[in-house]
Amino acid sequence: MKQVLPKADPERASGNVFAAARGRLPGAGLVPQIRASAFEVYERTGLPHRGMEDWKYTDLRALIGEVLPLAPRPDAEALVRAKVSAEQVSADQAVKLVLVDGIFVPELSDLGRLENELVVRSLREVLENSAPGDMAGLVLSTTTDSIISLNAALATDGLVITVADGNAVKRPIQIVHVATGASVSTFTRSYLQLGKGAHAAIVESFVSAERASGYQANDAIIALVGNEASLSYIRVAAAASDAVNISSAIIAVGARAKLDLFSMTCSGSISRYQGFISLAGEGTKVSANGVNLIRGELHADTTMVVDHAVPHCTSREKFRAVIDDRGRSVFQGRIVVRPAARKTDATLTTRALLLSDQAEADSKPELEILADDVTCGHGATSGALDNSLVFYLRARGLPEKDAKSLLIKAFLGESIEEITSENLRDFVTAQAEHWLQAGR
Amino acid sequence: MALLEVKDLKVRVEEREILHGLTLTVNEGEVHAIMGPNGSGKSTLSHVIAGKPGYEVTDGQILFRGEDLLEMEPNERAAKGVFLAFQYPVEIPGVATMNFLRTALNAQRKARGEDEYSTPDFLKKVREVSKSLNIPQDMLKRGVNVGFSGGEKKRNEVLQMALFEPSLCILDEMDSGLDIDALRIAADGVNALRSPKRAMVVITHYQRLLNYIVPDVVHVMSKGRVVKSGGKELALELEACGYGQFEDAA
Ligand SMILES: Nc1ncnc2c1ncn2[C@@H]1O[C@H](COP(=O)(O)OP(=O)(O)OP(=O)(O)O)[C@@H](O)[C@H]1O
Ligand SMILES: [Mg+2]
Repeated sequence: MKQVLPKADPERASGNVFAAARGRLPGAGLVPQIRASAFEVYERTGLPHRGMEDWKYTDLRALIGEVLPLAPRPDAEALVRAKVSAEQVSADQAVKLVLVDGIFVPELSDLGRLENELVVRSLREVLENSAPGDMAGLVLSTTTDSIISLNAALATDGLVITVADGNAVKRPIQIVHVATGASVSTFTRSYLQLGKGAHAAIVESFVSAERASGYQANDAIIALVGNEASLSYIRVAAAASDAVNISSAIIAVGARAKLDLFSMTCSGSISRYQGFISLAGEGTKVSANGVNLIRGELHADTTMVVDHAVPHCTSREKFRAVIDDRGRSVFQGRIVVRPAARKTDATLTTRALLLSDQAEADSKPELEILADDVTCGHGATSGALDNSLVFYLRARGLPEKDAKSLLIKAFLGESIEEITSENLRDFVTAQAEHWLQAGR
Repeated sequence: MALLEVKDLKVRVEEREILHGLTLTVNEGEVHAIMGPNGSGKSTLSHVIAGKPGYEVTDGQILFRGEDLLEMEPNERAAKGVFLAFQYPVEIPGVATMNFLRTALNAQRKARGEDEYSTPDFLKKVREVSKSLNIPQDMLKRGVNVGFSGGEKKRNEVLQMALFEPSLCILDEMDSGLDIDALRIAADGVNALRSPKRAMVVITHYQRLLNYIVPDVVHVMSKGRVVKSGGKELALELEACGYGQFEDAA
């Protein structure tokens, strides 16, 4: 996957993808126009490459070379495989919404269990019924990042979830992305809006079905968190070991609100998770955390931009990576404190645990502080397991592998324990344990 | 058969020989004290018995109930009943003491083919033992040794010893860092474990500990060897005269 791809012309290659897919992309009214201009933005740079500061460790142009053709609609056989995989990742008590190869599949979803506190529609439905002036522009919004523009151009489906003012959704909503294809790409996009004082927990899981291989998944989520609202967002990506996963989150948080975000990447040949969080209202608390679990030759990149635009907000970030074999973990964290954002309190720590001599961790924390009277800090460390701790545990009866697992779990716990919901914390812990077991 | 037999043990660390042919025999029911100047190899001996990596045994043998200890993983030795109370217990952040105790105890039991402890049985046992050692319950909720004072760490070692019920207890300077009351409590804990089936090797610099834990045999170690062995009165002699006479002998 890493070398030998034709270095042809990446822009033309994906140009063909868009041209070929156009007829299948949902959207009425202004949507085709929005897509076409999003694609133009993408084409200006094409796939991100190492000449771009934000992508210097994850040169997609070199790593993936081209955008694969859009996945076909899953057939009955694919849905059977998808169902099996989707069931394996169910979070406790969650209401599941399943997307297979980029298409929402109501038959595999728990629509009947949805609470009245929220409204869920498919992206397709929203775009197909789009009239001028409605939410299509918002849902398909982009940034300067070309991969997000590509996503807006090609998104086939996703979920549009709204929670009205004051509503609290009790059960977590779990969006499960299942890939069943080989050498195809999927583009999904979801939109989440929490009204004033609303509360919800969203879990997003990426899995592959049996025989899925070499695919590229590109997902984006746009979230607006209203004043006094609180959102828990957990993402767990376990792509096929030869697959690519690129996920972007654009989140704007209002005043006196709470965002509790956690991202775990535990498989996939090449992964990039990028979050753009803007604190747009005063007195807001953001906790953004995550772990990369990597072995083999995998490459996982987590990039977070936390943008403090207003005073009196707090952001806390703790990212951890466990890297074995020849894996590579990248963490880039940028904290921006705009001139108005006095009394900002922002910290970021990244730690990498290297389990082999060839494991690689790259960490790039950046503080961009344009205001006075702020408390900001970052710290980055990387190192191996402490042998004296391993020995202590072995001397107390733990076999070496168990001793190491216990220490790795403790290390990951530093980030996982930040998840406030016990239920979701257990869900993530179980997935991390599963990853640890798989390596034994 | 002796419980522990160390025969002519030679050990190197980073190309340097630290133990130069050490011999020691400990039988069930006995308490042995090892005294000796700083750097004479006491901790090295205890580490090699426990199986710490990084030591190269170039000659000699360690037998435990006649079995070759050097062939066993550290966890196998623990399951067979070898316990080392560390001179410097490590801190393990993120691993709650309670969870650690339970995981370790059950790992040992599993290795011996015994049933794992049920939660209520385990809790009951921990509560009894920690109470007798004056260890507050909330200490057990914290990470292993994290933020524990020096004395608390040592008490935590004795707690583990009481919980795991090993047949050979090696106490490496259990008394260092303990105040007088804590020393008595810890020593009482150790004495409570004395039994005809269990042996102890007490490494210490001070005669005072041996007033509490009265040894059957006292060994003097110097420069990587046992240079003299005797009864408990040997400790008093050392306290009075120091190690000078033995260093010359070594
Ligand atoms: N890992 C190591 N690398 C190099 N030298 C070592 C190492 N471990 C021990 N030594 C050396 O071996 C010798 C014996 O050390 P050891 O810790 O066994 O002494 P000790 O008798 O326990 O001393 P103390 O009374 O101070 O605890 C010392 O000279 C020490 O510096
Ligand atoms: Mg010592």
